[in-house]
Amino acid sequence: MTDKIKLTDMSLPGRKPLAHVENKDLMPLPYPLESPEKDHGWTALTEKVMGAVECGLDDTCALNIPQPKTKEEEDELVKKFLAGLDKLFTKENNWTFLQPLVLSMEHCAKCQTCSDACHIYEASGGNELYRPTFRSEIVRRLYFKSVKHGGVLSAWQHGDIEINWPLVARLAELAYRCNLCRRCAQTCPIGADNGLVAHELRKLFSMELGISAKECHDNGSVLQLKVGSSTGMSSLVVKDNIEFIDEDMTEKTGIKVETPWDVEGADVLLIHNAGEIMAWPENPGAFAVILNAAGIKWTLSSELAGYDSINYGLWYDDAQFARVAIKHAQAAKNLGVKKIVLGECGHAHKALSVIADRVLTGDLNIPRESSMTLLRDIVMNGRLKLDPSRNDFPVTLHDPCNMVRLMGVVEPQREVIRKICPQFREMWPHGVDNYCCGGGSGFAIMSGNNFQDWRFHVSGRKKMEQVLNAFSDCMDPSIHKYICAPCSNCKGQFRDMLAYYDMWAKQSILYGGLVELIVNCMVDAKPGFIDWEWH
Amino acid sequence: MSVLVYLALYAGAAVFVAASLVRAWMYARAPLHLRWELYPVPHEDPAKVKHGGSYFEDKDWWTHKRAYNLAGELGVMVPEMLFLKALHEFNRKLWYRSFPFHFGLYLLIGACGLLLLAALLGLFAPTLMAGALGMAFHWLYTVVGVAGVALALVGAVGLLHRRLTDEDLKTYTTAGDIFNLLFFIVSFGVLCAGFLLRGPGGPGVLAMVQGLLTFNKTLEVPGLLAVGIVLCALLAAYIPLTHMSHFVGKYFTYHDVRWNDQVNLRGSKIEAKLVEYLTYKPTWSAPHVTADGKRTWADVATTNPWEGAKK
Ligand code: SF4
Ligand code: SF4
Repeated sequence: MTDKIKLTDMSLPGRKPLAHVENKDLMPLPYPLESPEKDHGWTALTEKVMGAVECGLDDTCALNIPQPKTKEEEDELVKKFLAGLDKLFTKENNWTFLQPLVLSMEHCAKCQTCSDACHIYEASGGNELYRPTFRSEIVRRLYFKSVKHGGVLSAWQHGDIEINWPLVARLAELAYRCNLCRRCAQTCPIGADNGLVAHELRKLFSMELGISAKECHDNGSVLQLKVGSSTGMSSLVVKDNIEFIDEDMTEKTGIKVETPWDVEGADVLLIHNAGEIMAWPENPGAFAVILNAAGIKWTLSSELAGYDSINYGLWYDDAQFARVAIKHAQAAKNLGVKKIVLGECGHAHKALSVIADRVLTGDLNIPRESSMTLLRDIVMNGRLKLDPSRNDFPVTLHDPCNMVRLMGVVEPQREVIRKICPQFREMWPHGVDNYCCGGGSGFAIMSGNNFQDWRFHVSGRKKMEQVLNAFSDCMDPSIHKYICAPCSNCKGQFRDMLAYYDMWAKQSILYGGLVELIVNCMVDAKPGFIDWEWH
Repeated sequence: MSVLVYLALYAGAAVFVAASLVRAWMYARAPLHLRWELYPVPHEDPAKVKHGGSYFEDKDWWTHKRAYNLAGELGVMVPEMLFLKALHEFNRKLWYRSFPFHFGLYLLIGACGLLLLAALLGLFAPTLMAGALGMAFHWLYTVVGVAGVALALVGAVGLLHRRLTDEDLKTYTTAGDIFNLLFFIVSFGVLCAGFLLRGPGGPGVLAMVQGLLTFNKTLEVPGLLAVGIVLCALLAAYIPLTHMSHFVGKYFTYHDVRWNDQVNLRGSKIEAKLVEYLTYKPTWSAPHVTADGKRTWADVATTNPWEGAKK
């Protein structure tokens, strides 16, 4: 590990990365990943990348900000950054988060209680750069210096920081070294929120300088608003795919599956994360099997964005967030459905249920419900005939932060799992104290340069530890094990991380959603819905 | 001397109250932000608070009447305010220093309240205070006050020691942080010394408070004690101007952010506020936002710059 870095290092001229982490520095993992020597090495950034984009922070690069050519260009960017910083603290530009942001700026006691709660800081072996307050403290100093026009007295009270382009470029990257999971905020005795500070920084960069992660913006919210889904699927393509899934599910379960489209006045508009349709078709397929069997009057929508619940604006841009939330609500309004039910996607849950609650007004304010709640109702009220012995293998449950700590949907999924999985075991800690999977806030879809190395070694490490501990009594490749992750983004992170460590081939650890477990034990369906194959 | 002491005390108290109120008012008048709660939310149904659940766990939650569990909220608030429960749970090492410091301050505030009450009773009902009641008050404010100053002093020294020696804190410690703790230590130290060394024959604490209330210029406040009192008055005025005003901030971070799960219902006051905010005119410069200072948030949010564009 590099020497302990200081806040003022962020302004150091040049592009030499400030922090470097090696496998031996990282938090140790349990069996069978206990040896740092046997762990994968990190892919180094190429000379070409280092010469073209800003990567002066650490071993990776998430944003690919082109290096300014001249000093004038740098100064112009710094000026824009400071203008954006001012805007963050005005109600016209940021009524959405002004009060919590100001509170976090003005009241941190710098006690570092939050550090121990952060999986990224812990997994990195306590690298100063990844301490939750490191980023916030820079922003705080900028706030007092630039926004509040603090002079010498203020610098003495709050600390000073030199404002230059290297600082701004590093800060942009640093905003993408936080999962926005807000576990740190939960432990703060004052109620300051370092996750919020990272969120607001991302907004500043996106909404003022047009700097954001390509995966979240160009290939994410822009694509969704352009064609209807960040997967690139138009409504025609998505209908085709679902038809194919219906056929496949019919064959697999022996139950005729038909997915209803655009049913006016349906009780439920189900919105999936469309990534499921592409990557895990058995998930929307299982939903269709369950809802049909339970006699629910439901539908999918083929309207723009109405068939993809993702809302990546949640992580970096209020305008993009509001646009997509409104599209979702409009799809429901146009069909005249009674409620929207969100499929297995954590950030979509929080985006539409919690955050959009103060965006949607009038007839766009249509009730939104979690699929966990609906599924609990179906399973616990005996609306399906279930045989839990079909699920007699070790199962653990991952809590998506957005669904649990940030929305309070904790028990419904547990009630279902306790009923249908005889070998269920919790991870520790769990529920509202859970750890992020390491893919939160967009990381699960970000893999440019060598970013994956960072997200497996650092941001996902704590979750890997939890999984291995949860299955420590059955670390035998002949025993199939299942991580239930009722969230597409978390599943993406599990898929990539388990593959990286070869945990399916070596330890038979598979991941999947909740609905797959339900259909797997439905008496009316052919046995073997979960086919124990890696995909 | 006594006039100076009185003026310092009145001014210190006035600045403390005014600056705290201004700060609270600034936070309170900020627009209602988007929801950003963090579970557990203690005013939820007690059955849900146990596991940190919310009303989103109920099927068709919007058809249920929501109960506000005040007891649950108080059950978290009171131990947090009095005993710094979060710090006790998540940072025990710091709690050993921070708790005596804060509890000492509470005791000091309590002692001031008792003194004020005793002084008023002494002025308006002297016969009542002449006997056992007066004696009880005397012991009470003395014990509470001495314990308060001692605890606060020990806590402040402990906090300063940690700030100077803990590697984790050094990066984040500013000159101001050290000054703030030293300010407490010196003020309380001098106050203590002044009280202990005040010598015989001088006015008692109660007499001084009565002097303060009646602006009795003839009272002779011993020099060191006077310095201690003036320093404490300055400290009181200084606190709300710094991040140490978290007694104000914390109310808002907990009630307005962490625990604010108020639902926006159609036709509600919340909706009326949102309708107003949607008329604000942002000036963000990134082209995709399509803000130009003339278009409102409603315009921006309902604009799809890519509608109809081919992939
Ligand atoms: S954010 Fe909270 S816990 Fe972290 S250092 Fe600041 S006051 Fe302490
Ligand atoms: S929000 Fe999560 S990832 Fe970000 S600093 Fe806090 S604990 Fe760490």
